[in-house]
Amino acid sequence: MSERLKIGFLPLVDAALPILAQEHGFAAEQGLDLEFVRDLSWATVLDRLLYGHSDAAHMLAPLTIATTLGIGRPARDLSVPFVLGLNGNAITVSNDLARKIQPEGGLGNAADVGKRLAETVAQMGRKPVFGVVHRHSSHNYMLRYWLAACGVQPERDVDIVTVAPPFAADALETGEIDGICVGEPWNSVAVERGVGRIVLTTAQIWRRGVEKVLAVPTAKLEERRGSFERLIIAMRKAGEHFVDPANWDVNAAILSRPHYVGADKELILRAISDRLRLVKGGEIVHFPDFMFQFREAANFPWVSQAGWLYAQMVRWDAPHFDPDAAKKAMGVFRPDVYRAALAGRDSPLPGASSKVEGGIGSPLGVGAQQGTLVMSPDKFFDGKTFDPERLEDYLASLA
Amino acid sequence: MRIAIVDESAARAAIIQEGLGGMDDCETLVITERRGLIAAVAAFDPDIVLMDLGNPSRDVLEEYFAVSKALARPIAMFVDESDEESIAASVDAGVSAYVVNGFAKQRIKPLLDLAVRRFNAFSRLETDLAEARGQLAERANVDKAKRLLMTSRGLTEPEAYKELRSQAMRSSKRIAEVAEALLMADQLLGGTR
Repeated sequence: MSERLKIGFLPLVDAALPILAQEHGFAAEQGLDLEFVRDLSWATVLDRLLYGHSDAAHMLAPLTIATTLGIGRPARDLSVPFVLGLNGNAITVSNDLARKIQPEGGLGNAADVGKRLAETVAQMGRKPVFGVVHRHSSHNYMLRYWLAACGVQPERDVDIVTVAPPFAADALETGEIDGICVGEPWNSVAVERGVGRIVLTTAQIWRRGVEKVLAVPTAKLEERRGSFERLIIAMRKAGEHFVDPANWDVNAAILSRPHYVGADKELILRAISDRLRLVKGGEIVHFPDFMFQFREAANFPWVSQAGWLYAQMVRWDAPHFDPDAAKKAMGVFRPDVYRAALAGRDSPLPGASSKVEGGIGSPLGVGAQQGTLVMSPDKFFDGKTFDPERLEDYLASLA
Repeated sequence: MRIAIVDESAARAAIIQEGLGGMDDCETLVITERRGLIAAVAAFDPDIVLMDLGNPSRDVLEEYFAVSKALARPIAMFVDESDEESIAASVDAGVSAYVVNGFAKQRIKPLLDLAVRRFNAFSRLETDLAEARGQLAERANVDKAKRLLMTSRGLTEPEAYKELRSQAMRSSKRIAEVAEALLMADQLLGGTR
């Protein structure tokens, strides 16, 4: 008799792991039957999670922290025992803006494109408008991080608005926005419609940026701990399947179904194979690790990732730095649950639960609790590092 | 009290609006278009916004409220923290409510309850409609199956119906199911018409 878990999600390629865990029988192997609840706004995915319509959800990493801290709504404790993936987003801008900030085409260098954007903004005579998918999203924080590091003050020089991912192309077409930071397949949809060009991927801003996570109400995680640990095992297997080129075609076909992502299979195939068409009719460009869903303990919920997100929240949003809130924010990520689920299995487990983010310049063997783990460069484009032990110093350095 | 009803389903919005119209001192505005949503909400300056959970613009609306909050305009998500039951009921019904101004709870509660009842009533209507459509489709199938028997075997209409009915009784199926099976078989065999 299998146990039912309901998973809420938004139609995005990075909802792949739980979906594939179900479709390829990895969940069934663990005695689980996953049922999916598809929604069109993060607010609704979150409401369903908090009011018991779903047991776990595909969610923006920062939104789990904001929810736990009670930013924007009454606080409710969420836990993140598994990271669904790193990066996988891109910045798509209107054709007009693309000509100015990336005239030679192709994927630019984050610093160069940013420099040209700063020059363009100074001459535009109006504030350009950038879309993000949610205030508490890595999209918002990555975009702001990049803009600020290139001398464009997000609060002063541009307007940042929220746009639902499926309407990214519409908003570019009508001129509602000049650019957007969004996940796939929505950049590619805009490109295919000829309404914008991809100029950067978020992996160029932060090589290993935390993206979507599996969010579970903390009380439910404790109550059904065994089931969620088995779900973690199933999703690791799905991740291994997801990154194997032999499976890309079949996985793209599954994800494209209307009750999952509901988008063109070819566009999904591109995203999962790290390929992007940057401009309508252009060549397809291969950008390694555009999405990063499995290798190098990509699914491990590093406490320092939560710390980085909290730091950005303090930097750009309402709350002032508060050591207790910082501790609570970092406590949302639950490496203890991830470890317990995978102990004695063939997934590598890092020795530490926190690291200096952006600190690896060349492949580095790191201490492991089990297996061997070599981490690739995880740099921020401006070379800064984030030490979760020195959060206040980090914030001061950005001021 | 000014209430904005944001719903891409015009039919559902109308049902909610009609319900709220019966309350004292309520001015309502229905917004069904995604484009220009924020401008429309801002222009109406509502005290309460009702929005269906399936609406893709919820994050956009919440962002607008978050920004307004920065301009010192108090927002309570749903009713308030203490009224978990109402919130759960509204999530179950599929409606979210944003209280823009600090209204007294006793004024908001009946309004939210009414919205929840209207949403639930609409869901029931939809279910009924789907059932009715199903029944119509079934009746059409029975008619087609009768005509098929009439032309292929030269039966009269009452005879064709009798044939379907007795087959249904023999196989303990519904007449509509026998009709559907017959039509499917006919299609597989290339059709007789």
